[in-house]
Amino acid sequence: MSRLTEAQALAYWRRNLALMFKLLVVWFVVSFGCGILLVDVLNQIQIGGYKLGFWFAQQGSIYVFVVLIFYYTRQMAKLDREFNVEED
Amino acid sequence: MELQTLTYLVVGASFALYIGIAIWSRAGSTKDFYVAGGGVHPVANGMATAADWMSAASFISMAGMIAFMGYGGSVFLMGWTGGFVILAMFLAPYLRKYGKFTVPEFIGDRFYSKAARAVAVVCLIICSVTYVIGQMKGIGVAFSRFLEVDYGTGLLVGMCIVFFYAVLGGMKGITYTQIAQYCVLIMAYTIPAIFISLNLTGNPFPQLGLGSTLTGTDTYLLDKLDQMVMELGFNQYTTEYRLSGLNMFAYTASLMIGTAGLPHVIIRFFTVPKVRDARSSAGWALLFIAILYTTAPAVAGMARLNLMQTIEPTPGEYLEYDKRPDWFRNWETTGLLAFEDKNGDGRIQYSADTTTNEMVTVDNDIMVLANPEIAQLPNWVIALVAAGGLAAALSTAAGLLLAIASAISHDLLKGMIAPGISERAELRASRVAMAAAIVGAGYLGFNPPGFAAGTVALAFGLAASSIFPALMMGIFSKRTTKEGAIAGMVAGIGVTLFYVFQHKGIMFIASTAFLGDMPANWFLGIEPNAFGAVGAVVNFAVAMLVSRVTSAPPASVQELVEHIRVPAGASAAQDH
Repeated sequence: MSRLTEAQALAYWRRNLALMFKLLVVWFVVSFGCGILLVDVLNQIQIGGYKLGFWFAQQGSIYVFVVLIFYYTRQMAKLDREFNVEED
Repeated sequence: MELQTLTYLVVGASFALYIGIAIWSRAGSTKDFYVAGGGVHPVANGMATAADWMSAASFISMAGMIAFMGYGGSVFLMGWTGGFVILAMFLAPYLRKYGKFTVPEFIGDRFYSKAARAVAVVCLIICSVTYVIGQMKGIGVAFSRFLEVDYGTGLLVGMCIVFFYAVLGGMKGITYTQIAQYCVLIMAYTIPAIFISLNLTGNPFPQLGLGSTLTGTDTYLLDKLDQMVMELGFNQYTTEYRLSGLNMFAYTASLMIGTAGLPHVIIRFFTVPKVRDARSSAGWALLFIAILYTTAPAVAGMARLNLMQTIEPTPGEYLEYDKRPDWFRNWETTGLLAFEDKNGDGRIQYSADTTTNEMVTVDNDIMVLANPEIAQLPNWVIALVAAGGLAAALSTAAGLLLAIASAISHDLLKGMIAPGISERAELRASRVAMAAAIVGAGYLGFNPPGFAAGTVALAFGLAASSIFPALMMGIFSKRTTKEGAIAGMVAGIGVTLFYVFQHKGIMFIASTAFLGDMPANWFLGIEPNAFGAVGAVVNFAVAMLVSRVTSAPPASVQELVEHIRVPAGASAAQDH
């Protein structure tokens, strides 16, 4: 494990923030977007017995949340390796 | 076998399991007591977090609320799960890297101020105590309904069980019992749902069953449900808003931020060995939670449909009151279900019109508990639901009590009053604090203050408007000063409490509500329960403004922030 220089620490933190921002956009779009703001529009589309907006609000958003966290975990593990700041 | 005997057997077996685990996992040090030794596997911690998080409200109340709110109930589904995404990215890894025992401890160090730590302790205790009252009530109700002992006895038995494993094992005992409790509660929730989904749609996955056609017809379940509720004068199930889109937005945001800021959930992430584990553990927790949360809307829709089809077996032909099923009679005795024959025809009319509706009381809470009976499932399934409800309430109560006890023994006693006490003395003090917290919560469970019902929502509002913003700024802004953080917490909590009290009454005493509980007076039409998000915005704004005009935090604090942002060098939670 090496100590990061100030510039490296900053670069690491920027990459982390950029990843978070990307994932937060997805998080916002599936819940607040598809589940609330656009629900009436999406409800025009029906998949099986589900109106699409209703499905996002009661099912889809939750599935996406789970995937988001695991994706974040994996990407951060890669970033940690790249900057050589992983534990052990 | 008789339902009563079977219920005693199943509940008794689950309790024996919890006690066995408690004896096996005694705490030997303060580190064991506060963070389970810091060596819990991330998947195990995810499971324990899921049980910690899913309370009596998730298990018993949520599906019932959705059943009667339809689409509007989605705020609970998205709000109570979306918070974990925030927790995983904004808080868990950094607080784990910091590597201490409690949430106020971080706030005190980061904002270099005992006053900030004290404010955080107060916020933590208010959130956790209001929340724990609800769990105590859930325990009492589950006992009195299923084991037919009175409420007080039920509560006492529940307290003894929690007392045993929480005082003996601290976080270590709680973690391993929570894993067992998760298994009990998830089986109890999904097995009846699978049966009901099979009955109605032939699909064994309730998540898919809700979107399928009813067995033997071409009609989709949700279309049938929409049609039936609209014939009775209710709003369409799949499109009914809760008040307005803006209100739903604010409500969802409040629950999400509140979830991420609840101390008893955050401290669970102090128990894993590494920063990486804290990240993945949040993912596992949400996966385990999602199993219940994606099943809940199916339970809701199917329970509503079953209820209506029981009352109105063929269109226009209502059920005769004398021919009502057993579950109807059982729940009538609890007062949670009530019928009044307004037109005197001896039949049960159900409608949205309050002048002709004869189902005068249908409590939200009975939907999950009565569901297996409504669907005529075998007795062992009903017994399992009783054990599941108790597991949900016990696991959350234990987690909350630990958060309270550690704030008292570690933050107040060791941190402020007697910094010099030895580890053994602190461990003893933490056990005494735990015992006192259980007795205190039990007392409030026996004599629930009039405002108990409204306060669970308030706990989220408080966590969202005080603890979450302080933690987030502590990690993401080096410039936030102690003055800023304290002013922000006080302003955030203040404005949230002010809004709730002015509409709901000071300490929920209705006559003191100076603006009245009238939607017309709500700020932008946002209901008081949804106001935490606004409180959080106020907190952020005030903290940033005040930080701008006060002198920057000392260099050592800026170094602390640098240190927690990078995983390398995270040590196991430090003794100190």
